[in-house]
Amino acid sequence: MSEVAVPEMMMPPPAMPAAFQVEKPVPGPGMGDFSYVGIDAILEQMRRKAMKQGFELNIMVVGQSGLGKSTLMNTLFKSKVSRKSVQATSQEKIPKTIDIKSVSHDIEEKGVRMKLTVIDTPGFGDQINNENCWQPIMKFINAQYEQYLQEEININRKKRIPDSRVHCCIYFIPPTGHCLRPLDVEFMRRLSKVVNIVPVIAKADTLTLEERDFFKQKIREELRANGIDVYPQKEFDEDAEDRMINDKIREMIPFAVVGSDQEYQVNGRRLLGRKTKWGTIEVENIAHCEFAYLRDLLIRTHMENIKDITSSIHYEVYRVRRLNENNTAIAHANGTGQILS
Amino acid sequence: GILSLSLPLSLSLCLACCLSLCLSLCLSLSLSLSQEKQYVGFATLPNQVHRKSVKKGFDFTLMVAGESGMGKSTLVNSLFLTDLYKDRKLLNSEERINQTVEIIKHTVDIEEKGVKLKLTIVDTPGFGDAVNNNECWKPITDYIDQQFEQYFRDESGLNRKNIQDNRVHCCLYFIPPFGHGLRPVDVEFMKALHEKVNVVPLIAKADCLTPNEIKKLKDRVREEIERFGIKVYQFPECDSDEDEEFKQLDKELKECCPLAVIGSNTVVETRGQRVRGRLYPWGIVEVENQSHCDFVKLRNMLIRSHMHDLKDVTCDVHYENYRAQCIQDMTSKLTQDNRMESPIPILPLSTPDVETDRLIKMKDEELARMQEMLNKMQQQIHDGKDQ
Repeated sequence: MSEVAVPEMMMPPPAMPAAFQVEKPVPGPGMGDFSYVGIDAILEQMRRKAMKQGFELNIMVVGQSGLGKSTLMNTLFKSKVSRKSVQATSQEKIPKTIDIKSVSHDIEEKGVRMKLTVIDTPGFGDQINNENCWQPIMKFINAQYEQYLQEEININRKKRIPDSRVHCCIYFIPPTGHCLRPLDVEFMRRLSKVVNIVPVIAKADTLTLEERDFFKQKIREELRANGIDVYPQKEFDEDAEDRMINDKIREMIPFAVVGSDQEYQVNGRRLLGRKTKWGTIEVENIAHCEFAYLRDLLIRTHMENIKDITSSIHYEVYRVRRLNENNTAIAHANGTGQILS
Repeated sequence: GILSLSLPLSLSLCLACCLSLCLSLCLSLSLSLSQEKQYVGFATLPNQVHRKSVKKGFDFTLMVAGESGMGKSTLVNSLFLTDLYKDRKLLNSEERINQTVEIIKHTVDIEEKGVKLKLTIVDTPGFGDAVNNNECWKPITDYIDQQFEQYFRDESGLNRKNIQDNRVHCCLYFIPPFGHGLRPVDVEFMKALHEKVNVVPLIAKADCLTPNEIKKLKDRVREEIERFGIKVYQFPECDSDEDEEFKQLDKELKECCPLAVIGSNTVVETRGQRVRGRLYPWGIVEVENQSHCDFVKLRNMLIRSHMHDLKDVTCDVHYENYRAQCIQDMTSKLTQDNRMESPIPILPLSTPDVETDRLIKMKDEELARMQEMLNKMQQQIHDGKDQ
């Protein structure tokens, strides 16, 4: 029996030491460092970019003269942002037609930069005959949409299209205590279709709490009866969580506000308020007026949502209408009479 | 007697101390309150945007290209800690003779710390594998263009509510480590794609090179990229107000390109830890060890620091170039044939007219310039002949 010598290279490889175990990793949580990819870092990247770019906000204020629109804007942003603070005029004359005046400011807080534009509409509702006084305002809002649209369809368009669209329109209701006036209904009915309307009861320091509640209820009923959808609109609630938050807000609108840019000493603190012989009305005290709720809604919690609804709903409605108009025009010009989808 | 006197004194001293303490407390309180008073509150804006993005989730499309066997699938699995290719069947060489370049998409939803990412990997099997690889990148460029065109249609359409963004945000190109730099197919591929997508070249299977060899190869590749005019993805410049650590990391990243990577689907145990790696008789290559390869740098760049920028450059540069070209082509066709219906809704006829007039003027000027140059050259040749 001959032994065949097994050449060395055919010998089996040395057994793997037990320490070097090779296994296939199972993807998913519970594996320690293996399961962390790091995709949540994209939020930080977005945030950094947003901080660099800054934000834009365009607010329009509409209401009769003397309802405190400019003062409220100054109070909201704690600085002199309204048209009156920028102009040199001391005498206020009611203009013959409605003027649309835009004033822009760059403001910054905690590293966040914002370009705030306040659009004032002096002359609204001040004439003897106020028919169609909403038309210049509608025209202005649509002109902003048009400008954005033109920029968007341009061949060489800018990286970041400057956004001059009106994000929010604050409508000032005079504190009559009874109900909405026909002018209020007409205006809000037409404009709630093109822009976010936030109605507020101006100069609310002339109403007692009971009168205020009654007035608010009346206003809400009338808005419902006329099919006017003010911000936050019910149909744009995204999910149950949003609906819950917005329902609470909808039960409180319109907010009864008092504005002031004067400080007074109250209980050892300096506060914004209005001083009268019978007491001092503190603007930021929610027992006195609802300014704080308005500020929180507009600035601290729903600002992004307001801008979102403007760009993804109101602007899109305008765009679709314009495109359809154009398609009909082309179809007619071509003589085909066919509407392109 | 003295004791009884000193007691009320000490008491009053105590009282005085207390009063001053209270006063200073009140002062500081009122100071902080008045600071609070100046606070409007729009600094919460980034958080509001944040909340919206977390709800919506993100998407990212990554393309991998390179010859078979470069470790593309393994690298993708290592990067995203998934197993996207478990049902894959590898073809043998006979089957590959008739194979053409395919485009295969894998989609996976990843969620981490509440952030949802819809990741799409676009694979390109068959690229560079044939005997004759002429224009083997055409199916790939066609795919990228198709995604742009789809997005352009959606964006110009009437219903823009839920536009799907399938545009390719980044293309990882795997350069084999075996050669001495870029091969002709590498150069042609990258040049065909560099104006359509962010190209990130990688040196694949870097564990077959020593550190010196890697350095030489990287230098060579960098030099060739510059020489051939290939526009690979450029990392954005650091802001001056970034912290030093970030700037240092950014500098290191830029100096390391192209990144030399290794991937692994297996876990090995070394130095008492379990790591992803490759087990060789002469040692263990650890994927996440920065001294072994640049995998960690790639992962950090792709996911943790530059994902958003990759998407931005795709949207703002590559897509806009495509769109501008598309519109120009369309308007030139329209002016030729006035009765043609526009395939995509465009706005008031005045706009295209103005644009086409401007374009025609531009082309005219260009033609005039070229004519002048030609005349000059002819003159020079003429003069040269005379001498």
